[in-house]
Amino acid sequence: MAAATPVVELKQITKRFPGIVANDSISIQLQKGEIHALLGENGAGKSTLMNILFGLYQPDEGHVEVNGQTVAIDTPNKAIELGIGMVHQHFKLVQSFTVTENIILGMEPSKGGIQIDYKTATKKVKEISDQYGFHIDPNAKIEDISVGMQQRVEILKTLYRGANILIFDEPTAVLTPQEISELIEIMRKLVAEGKSIILITHKLKEIMSVSDTVTIIRRGKVVDTVKTSETSPLVLAEKMVGRNVSFKVDKKPAEPGETVIEVKDVSLKNKEGISLLNEMSFNVRRGEIVGVAGVDGNGQTQIIEALSGLRKIDSGSIKLSGKEIANHTPRQISESGVGHIPEDRHKHGLVLDFSVSENMVLESYYKKPYTQRGFLNFRAINELATRLVKSFDVRTPSIQTKARSLSGGNQQKAIIAREINKNPDFLIAAQPTRGLDVGAIEFVQTQLIQQRDQGKAVLLVSFELDEILNVSDRIIVVYEGKVIGEVRPEETNDQELGLMMAGSRQGGIANE
Amino acid sequence: MNKFLKWFASDSFIVSLAAIVMGLLLGAIVMMIGGYNPITAYGALLSKVFGDWYGFGEALREMTPLVLTGLAVAFAFRAGMFNIGAEGQVLMGMTGASLVGIKITGLPALIHAPLAIIAGALFGGLWAALAGYIKAKRGVNEVITTIMLNWTALFLCNYIVRTFLLVPGNQRSVDIQPSASISIEWLSQMMGNARVHWGILLALLASTFFYYFLWKTKQGFELRAVGSNPEAARYAGINVNKNIVKAMFISGVFAGLAGAFETLGVFHYQSVYASLPGYGFNGIAVALLGMTHPFGVLAGAGLFGTLTYGSAGMSFEAGVPPEIIQIVIGSIIFFIAAQGIVRFILKPVYKRKKEKVL
Repeated sequence: MAAATPVVELKQITKRFPGIVANDSISIQLQKGEIHALLGENGAGKSTLMNILFGLYQPDEGHVEVNGQTVAIDTPNKAIELGIGMVHQHFKLVQSFTVTENIILGMEPSKGGIQIDYKTATKKVKEISDQYGFHIDPNAKIEDISVGMQQRVEILKTLYRGANILIFDEPTAVLTPQEISELIEIMRKLVAEGKSIILITHKLKEIMSVSDTVTIIRRGKVVDTVKTSETSPLVLAEKMVGRNVSFKVDKKPAEPGETVIEVKDVSLKNKEGISLLNEMSFNVRRGEIVGVAGVDGNGQTQIIEALSGLRKIDSGSIKLSGKEIANHTPRQISESGVGHIPEDRHKHGLVLDFSVSENMVLESYYKKPYTQRGFLNFRAINELATRLVKSFDVRTPSIQTKARSLSGGNQQKAIIAREINKNPDFLIAAQPTRGLDVGAIEFVQTQLIQQRDQGKAVLLVSFELDEILNVSDRIIVVYEGKVIGEVRPEETNDQELGLMMAGSRQGGIANE
Repeated sequence: MNKFLKWFASDSFIVSLAAIVMGLLLGAIVMMIGGYNPITAYGALLSKVFGDWYGFGEALREMTPLVLTGLAVAFAFRAGMFNIGAEGQVLMGMTGASLVGIKITGLPALIHAPLAIIAGALFGGLWAALAGYIKAKRGVNEVITTIMLNWTALFLCNYIVRTFLLVPGNQRSVDIQPSASISIEWLSQMMGNARVHWGILLALLASTFFYYFLWKTKQGFELRAVGSNPEAARYAGINVNKNIVKAMFISGVFAGLAGAFETLGVFHYQSVYASLPGYGFNGIAVALLGMTHPFGVLAGAGLFGTLTYGSAGMSFEAGVPPEIIQIVIGSIIFFIAAQGIVRFILKPVYKRKKEKVL
């Protein structure tokens, strides 16, 4: 195997940041025509490594070889020159420009040095698109095409610049299942044409279906490099998190007590008068997890906002332990014993420019001992933050680090730590594992179940059917702002749930 | 003390310092192109400010409103807003101070002067809070309302001066009562009648207040949360609208103080202004120079004040047109805003520093 010179070889790369070793002597070989997956948890150092390969960071130790030659990649332009292209997780496209304009941006072909030669450019874009079966209209505007198409534009951009080595950074995070299988097709075509691909991901399913080789990274170190055909998802997952994992969630049967939250006939309309919640009713009892299943946009966001006081309802009632809390302020609701892990952690959950410790008191900063006589008591705040960071394993260089620099999983852990520390009677968990890796998902789900076991009422909203089925004790299905059915997870399967989510009422009509 | 030293070695300090040096160098090049000797010119500038007590006192006088309007802009900025209306808030502050300083009589100075200052601060604060209220209530962008309120303030203040306070035949108000003056007579005499006043000291206190309020108190925590992520602040139970109004009020109080000190400490009367006097706009520049940090604002105002006040000496002694100083100030702001350029130029310096560490 070792006969051919690898197209890219990273040798003993080490990169340190203040307080953390992001890459610790990492070596990786990428062979021509192979799809090499880089697997690791959030914050394991995958992105840092790829940023080094793409010239955004310089390694502190070690070097990079391209086709056997040692090279110094000090800027992204140098990387492009060497035929390395990166497809970023967050697209870098100008929304109001056409596909072609975006692709040539920064290296516009010109006629006589002044006028941009759109004709040649469009032709070339069309050619590449046809060669790999992208089906892209070069004259379409980015804002008019789907996310999957936008990603193809990003891929085209690298090919247009002559890339032979493509780095895909979490390419499926934003795609629908349909788009994912199309992307996998495209990746296969690319390697068939002699390109080489590095795929950064933490989704095991994709790795198993598309990659040839997998390198697993944990806490900045290479754990192992294996052939995909000689491994299994379970083995990979265990190597990634460094301990045994089970995809099945362990839990005792629920022992529900009295009703904690009672939602009755809650309706709300938006400004245009369109009904978002339509007499929604359900309840959650002490000691149970109620899962909310539904296609995105059927009222999940609105009911969470109504429950947490971020949005006013038009009619109906929300009772917490018998007391009305509908249309109270977020602070009143929080103080009456509701915890809320928000859907969007960057928008609602954290102030990214605040330190970890400031974020830990985001909802309790005004209480004693965190504030005394109007002044913040940093000693108490830091004590709390240190304790929470430790007990919830939030990996951060220090509690004074800005929340922005934490990885997604650690940001989520910080939020969960804060919400659970409030010791709420009722915990809302909205998409709590979105964008997290196996290890973090397991952690979050275990925490939710622990809360249940301590007698809390938990409402879990998730688009991941597996999660709903594995974690919930009872599932309600929402459709067009209404609860249209209730099922028990052990008595149903994802097909039946899928049908109900699409608005068909054949499922368990338990409540009517 | 260690913390203080560390701050001097910090990245932002070095970059700011380099930006200033580069701005001065650019000014020097422009002078040379114009056929002037930059060394003589900068020498004259410095000797105007530091050459005698009078110059120094007057330079301090020049810096005081800059500190306060700089704080006004920086404070609103920290709470996520852009207060372009310090200009109008300064005028309202002047008017508040004039009304109390002229119309109320028979009070001892210890009560009258503080009362006049408070009136000025309140006028400025409420004027800014109005823009905050419109934003909170109706979502109107504060940039637009504060600019509009600048002109409203200009004509409103002129109307008040003309109608209630005018010296007939002149474009100015009558003098304030001596009991409302905040000039420091003895120091002024020692400094060759430079117009020094208590406001200079209060401006220093204001920047300390800014620092403690924003970073050490509960209310400051709320303001900063609203400033950097209003959605998360709302989620955390913070009343965002209340904080918008509060932040604008405090911002306006800083600007109002600047106006009050000008009336009570410098002029002792209020002019009818033909156009906006420019205090607030300079405040934007100072806030940028100081990177919206209260102590940075102090330094920024010091620099800005030295340059503008010293430029008179430059034209007098070295024959250099004082407008060149505007080029210097403009380019310093440019370099501070465009830090990438400064870092690029500093790159060799940084590399050497790194090697030393290794």
